[in-house]
Amino acid sequence: MPLLEINQLKKSFLTPDGDRHCVVNVASFKMEDQAQVVLSGESGSGKTTLLHLIAGILKPDSGSITLAGREMSALGEPARDRLRATAIGYIFQTFNLLQGYTCLENVLLGMSFGPGVDREFARSLLSRVGLAQRLKHYPRQLSTGQQQRVAVARALANRPKLVLADEPTGNLDHKNATESLALIRQACRENNAALLLVSHDRDVLSQFETVQPLAQINQTDLEEKSL
Amino acid sequence: MRQHALSTIITALSISLAGGLLMSVWTVKEQARATFTGVNGGFDAVLGARGSKLQLVLNAIFHLEASPGNLAASDYLDIKSNRFVALAIPIAVGDNYHGYRLVGTIPELFQQVEYAPGRHYELEPGGKFFDPTRKEAVVGSFVAQKMGLKIGDQFHPFHGLNFDTNAQHADIFTVVGVLRPSNTPSDRVIWIPLEGIQKMQGHDPKAATDVSAVLVKLKNSSPMAGFQLEQLYNKQGNRLTFAWPIAATIAELFDKIGWFDKVLALVAYLVALVATASILASIYNSMNERRREIAILRALGARRRVIFSVILLEAAAIATLGMIVAFLFYAIIMTGAATVIRNETGIVLDPYKFNPVMLWAPAALITLGALAGVVPAFKAYRTHVAENLAPTS
Repeated sequence: MPLLEINQLKKSFLTPDGDRHCVVNVASFKMEDQAQVVLSGESGSGKTTLLHLIAGILKPDSGSITLAGREMSALGEPARDRLRATAIGYIFQTFNLLQGYTCLENVLLGMSFGPGVDREFARSLLSRVGLAQRLKHYPRQLSTGQQQRVAVARALANRPKLVLADEPTGNLDHKNATESLALIRQACRENNAALLLVSHDRDVLSQFETVQPLAQINQTDLEEKSL
Repeated sequence: MRQHALSTIITALSISLAGGLLMSVWTVKEQARATFTGVNGGFDAVLGARGSKLQLVLNAIFHLEASPGNLAASDYLDIKSNRFVALAIPIAVGDNYHGYRLVGTIPELFQQVEYAPGRHYELEPGGKFFDPTRKEAVVGSFVAQKMGLKIGDQFHPFHGLNFDTNAQHADIFTVVGVLRPSNTPSDRVIWIPLEGIQKMQGHDPKAATDVSAVLVKLKNSSPMAGFQLEQLYNKQGNRLTFAWPIAATIAELFDKIGWFDKVLALVAYLVALVATASILASIYNSMNERRREIAILRALGARRRVIFSVILLEAAAIATLGMIVAFLFYAIIMTGAATVIRNETGIVLDPYKFNPVMLWAPAALITLGALAGVVPAFKAYRTHVAENLAPTS
């Protein structure tokens, strides 16, 4: 059974003009356990919305998302929150670290709502991403690359089955981007997590064996916006 | 709370002030009433010139206020020999030493009177009670401390109840004893022989046998006795006033100024309300800045009710922190109030004595604080996750 299966998924939003724009219209998408897939697409192509739907942050208008055998679309919000807390890790484009918390606390928060706090595991994750000496540092005291690594550690803190990464290298320079991508992929392998990454960066796309153009699976009425 | 440390501290401080004020107002109100109505110097009643019972008691027992007038020696002897009276102690006032009242009386006050159940006036080591025929003085503990008076010191009294350097009497009195603290108004007066006041140089010789008031102890403190004497002096007579019972007379004072109590209490409640409103304002205003933070937590799997609870807990925590510090403010306010009351009346309030307000005020303010968190918590509850996360690609 695939880890992630999407069928006839639709999501639209009201524009300020009062029109309904369909942002996501995916007929079918599957992803196997521990697979690493990148969805390619330009800005505004609905990548983030799709990830939000998979993460249960948004509820689809119709269709189904099945993750690890559970149909998310049929779950109420608290159940989706619970599933996200236990089965999904999320790496945001701008990291979304909590500024008032240390690195360690940010990682602990990643596990607090799911399997529970495991300080040793949190420390080991931060050590794995090269931040063993930065546990008590606040995000503002870290470089961009270091913040991104904290975000990676946090995404793996709840031992997820699936890690969603939304343009994780978008804010990094080329060197950091390459290293970061390698780290994300390796860390996911080590923690037996599948990786679904969205990006428009050709350098990123070239690192993956499986590249799925979003336009091929997402039939929407959005205008494609170029960079 | 750590992230918004400054606003948290300021908000908590406002709760501290409110809580400290509320507890202080309540404690002073209750202790003052209980203490004042409990002080009677060991007597049941006071006989004095016709006038206000309250003025009579304040003058004779609390050594405040002017005497409403004098009684003749015969009035004193009459009540002394009354079959209902166990003890009658005359006092005379009219002089002071640097603002501290001189009270003339007889040695029986110190020998026979229990100023509180089981408590007699006692002297510090080395002292003795005055000889009624000599110009000797026994100084209350508070006066001795404030004026530095000790055994062997000599002083000139000053005429009147208020200190006037131009009104010095030629008489010289010698301190022969200092009273141990009794925590009663007796601590803040200087006791001299009755004749010391009556025959002070410059006083009217025609009034040389008059007294200001008579402190009365009824046989068995009998209510029937008190009632009979009240009828005799207050209803049937018209020259004198019999103030009985002393506690009820003082309670009348507190009833008269009960409105002031209510105003003080109202101010304290309003301060508490404003302080809890400051919690609401502080957290609510921070909600806009914290939308993204809340969205991130929701994205990590926190449920809406967890977010709601966290905000409520934050509000309650600020109130709790405030109430812990409130006890410090309470101690400061109460120490100040107790000092003033002791200075003015000799009555001692105990700032550290337990009062139920120390339980219900914190409980009420913490509850109010938590309730103040409901509106911001609800705003946090409704935070749209996707809209408040980082810009989308």
